[in-house]
Amino acid sequence: MRWVLVAAMVIATVLGDLLQSHEMKRAGEQSVSMHGFARLLHTIARRRLLILGVSCNVVSFFAFMALVQTEPLSFAVPASSSSFVLETLLAKFVLHERLGARRIAGALAVLGGVVLVGG
Amino acid sequence: MKKVTGLSNPVAHPQWRSGAVLKTYSVLLFFLTLKAVGNSAMAWGMKQVPERMSINPALYLRAMLNPFVAIGVVALMLALLTRMALFSLADLSFVLPVTAVGYVIAVFLGKVFLHETVTRQRWLGALLIFAGAVLVGTTSRNTTLAERPR
Repeated sequence: MRWVLVAAMVIATVLGDLLQSHEMKRAGEQSVSMHGFARLLHTIARRRLLILGVSCNVVSFFAFMALVQTEPLSFAVPASSSSFVLETLLAKFVLHERLGARRIAGALAVLGGVVLVGG
Repeated sequence: MKKVTGLSNPVAHPQWRSGAVLKTYSVLLFFLTLKAVGNSAMAWGMKQVPERMSINPALYLRAMLNPFVAIGVVALMLALLTRMALFSLADLSFVLPVTAVGYVIAVFLGKVFLHETVTRQRWLGALLIFAGAVLVGTTSRNTTLAERPR
């Protein structure tokens, strides 16, 4: 069950990140002042893909809540890094990017780390 | 304002304002603190919730009535907004590796505050993840190269 929750969390995170990264690049610079947060919320409300991205974050968040209910935090948070592995696979097989040796080594290190953390 | 593309010194890039770098690091520190507080409060609170979570969203909303879970939700939501702001200030190739230290912090918090048993294997795993995230994060990307100051 723990790995099902990790998978749900990671898939939702990657989808959310993709949508957010795409939309925020178009929205321009944001700040963290009270006014900045208000403007950020306004930006989210105006952009539909950003709303979808945030919805993915909600799913990911619920999966994380369920995960930490039964599993230790020292497993749940490091396990969420599997998103790097999924992103690398997507870059290779969906976006047909040419991956450098460094990127592949990094993704393999993360994968190895997740296996060790879960073992 | 210029984006922070890494740890390059401002002398080599005089067009960078030191204020932008300071702002980026302040936002980064704020993000890591929110994550640490949010994760710990969430893990502590969720273990007190008697009902097991399932596919039903109402269970999650009810769990948020626990004060620790509520603190966790607020802190992690603010962390999410702060991370979005960080993406607007700095490149992904800077944000990914520097925020990856959060994986190691989470293991530390689990051990110290939540009294979790952390084996040597788990520590090694967390460090390997950190190293891997740094490697993945510092891979140059064509999309960000185009935005670098010349």
